[in-house]
Amino acid sequence: MDFNTTDEQTMLRDTVSRYLADTYSFDNRMKTVHGGAGWNPAVWKAFAEELGILGAPFSEAHGGLGGGAVENMIVMEEIGRALVIEPYLPTVVIAGGALKAAGGALADAVIPEIIAGNAIIAFAYAEPQGRYNLADLRTTAKKDGAGYVLNGHKSVVYSAPYATHLLVTVRSGGAQRDKDGVSLFLIPADTKGVTRRDYPTVDGSAASEVYFENVAVGAEHMIGGEGAALTLIEQIVDEGTAAICAEACGVTRVLHATTLDYAKQRKQFGKAIGDFQVIQHRLVDMFMEVEQSVSITLMATLKLDTPERAQAVSAAKAKVGKGAKFVGQNAVQIHGGIGISNELVVGHYFKRSTMIEGQFGSVDHHMGRYERIVIG
Amino acid sequence: MDLNFSAEDIAFRDEVRAFIKDSYPAHLNGKIEEGEELSKDDFLSWHKVLAKKGWIAPAWPTQYGGTGWTSVQRYIWSEETAAADAIRLMPFGLSMVGPVIYTFGTPEQKERFLPGILSGDVWWCQGYSEPGAGSDLANLRTKAERFTGDDGKEYYRVNGQKTWTTMAQHADWGFFLVRTDSNVKAQEGISFLLIDMKSPGITVRPIITLGGEHEVNEVWLEDVIVPVDQRIYDENKGWTCAKFLLAHERTGIAGVAASKRGVERIKSIARSELDEGEQLLQNPFFKRKIAELEVDLSALEFTELRTLAGESSGKGPGPESSLLKIKGTEIQQRITELALEAAGHYGAPYFRGFGEGDNEHPIGPDYTHRTAPTYFNMRKTSIYGGSNEIQRNIIAKMVLGL
Repeated sequence: MDFNTTDEQTMLRDTVSRYLADTYSFDNRMKTVHGGAGWNPAVWKAFAEELGILGAPFSEAHGGLGGGAVENMIVMEEIGRALVIEPYLPTVVIAGGALKAAGGALADAVIPEIIAGNAIIAFAYAEPQGRYNLADLRTTAKKDGAGYVLNGHKSVVYSAPYATHLLVTVRSGGAQRDKDGVSLFLIPADTKGVTRRDYPTVDGSAASEVYFENVAVGAEHMIGGEGAALTLIEQIVDEGTAAICAEACGVTRVLHATTLDYAKQRKQFGKAIGDFQVIQHRLVDMFMEVEQSVSITLMATLKLDTPERAQAVSAAKAKVGKGAKFVGQNAVQIHGGIGISNELVVGHYFKRSTMIEGQFGSVDHHMGRYERIVIG
Repeated sequence: MDLNFSAEDIAFRDEVRAFIKDSYPAHLNGKIEEGEELSKDDFLSWHKVLAKKGWIAPAWPTQYGGTGWTSVQRYIWSEETAAADAIRLMPFGLSMVGPVIYTFGTPEQKERFLPGILSGDVWWCQGYSEPGAGSDLANLRTKAERFTGDDGKEYYRVNGQKTWTTMAQHADWGFFLVRTDSNVKAQEGISFLLIDMKSPGITVRPIITLGGEHEVNEVWLEDVIVPVDQRIYDENKGWTCAKFLLAHERTGIAGVAASKRGVERIKSIARSELDEGEQLLQNPFFKRKIAELEVDLSALEFTELRTLAGESSGKGPGPESSLLKIKGTEIQQRITELALEAAGHYGAPYFRGFGEGDNEHPIGPDYTHRTAPTYFNMRKTSIYGGSNEIQRNIIAKMVLGL
């Protein structure tokens, strides 16, 4: 057993951490957020060219660094610490994960483009009625000659406003929530018949409603077999969920550190509020939540390639989701009034931690999934 | 003891219900449902309807414009207005400075200030918190120095900074806690001043909060001249008014009627939202959380009723009202948590609302539009009016004698 990172992994963390500390200040982030584009292309270019991190989880054969889930965890935790809004999660972790798993010509063509920073991929999986059931799909793909025709509506697709590609889950057969009959397509975002309604999100990103109206796509855009992609989708969503847990660890670490610092500075009743036992215990409870989140995220990340993947990821997301709520709410509470001011850093970390709670499944969803797998 | 309403109470309830149905301004319908930010005119339109009817200040003594209702009637009133999704009234005049003025003010002050509060013609704000005086309110530094003017009259010159001043951007007048003596114990050198917000030297700067709202402000006072006859109660006895007001603020803060309506709203959302093809309301985890909320709300409601009963028998709201503040705000916050949870993916899109120049209709079901901003915003409730930590200190000290 060895929980130490390799030299390469340590270097990866240091590289990302240093770059973000130097360039991704809170003010710079807020400039991007208020700019309305939803991302800063210069940051992405630096990720690709200066840092070379977009290849972290890909094989050397594809031009990557030969890493995997641990590398994604490291990058995502740093992304959480700096509250990065650029699309490492959907592009590298999720779409990259799907391409890696499926292999073939599409993977050979697109993975180098991801690594080079040219391909930005948004993950269009949610639907208005589906909540967290990945198979609850009304968006359809109908066979049409050698290709398919897509119709439907995808909800709250983060990063879609500036994506070059969409990774789309569809129903190509079977009934609305059947496990069979689910397919996965990777299509250019400008494919004819794809329209969007773009909007900002409460946590500083940009997202879209994406509509498909008789969108004709070739069979070469399909990942995994026709009607047999649910297993792959569950895998990439689990990988994405582990990654977002790592992001939450970064977010909550900063929430805790910022709050601890504030509690030492802020004086009321003639002493630092951190001198009051109720505040001390609260900060200790927050600290314990962060540490447990880091631990269970590591557990889930290390089990991604094992048969225990699903239960490990659900355990992690449930635990991390609860921890994120506790840490976020108490960070605001201990800051008092300024905790709910939009001008302070802490509120923005709180918003992101709140949104992470729901992404890829709430605490209830993952506790339920864990119970079904482990207890039956 | 009797849980049932009397025939008179039922007749009163029907009268109230009919009045709200006929008189509630139509343009306000749905604004609470969708969590929209309200304008000054929105607030005033309902206020003026009630002022005209004579029902604007049920809690006030009749000689000052109160309704003379029993505590049961007041309870019915708050239940019915909440059930009708009526907007809340701004508390700064009606629930805060009004009671201070009729309790501690001179006859001239009562005559001068109470009518404007009742009519809604004067919008009040509260100048309490300062950057260095939050939970430790008595630590306030805003200074009022007394001097005799060229006209031979007595004045204060006020300098300092207030913060978290809710709706000061609309305010005509503010009530301020200021330091008039720095050489005594903190609580003993404070005075309670009424200040015209149009006075030279006052600057109001917005603070934008997490949901994008402009509710609170910084208020800067630079050589603001205030006539001494705008001080309520004795010089250096302002803390007495402040403590009185905080107790008043806390009883209303339980928000039971509004929370009941909030629970109904979540149920209705959870009936519309789907989970595995079924109503979200049928998800056992979600259902349990709503049930727990209702149970806790029942306990809070009957705690409030017991407090009200004590009040009407002349005991007045005591430190027990801290319990109402803590549990009431925890429930209000849980309601917003559940609403956000129920919204699922549609909790994420951010819209400022139609009033802010965003004319496109928001995406997702109407009830999801402001679930996240409302959740963020409601974190304030466990902070304002004396944080819940401070409320626990009050119970520990005043009730438990620790």
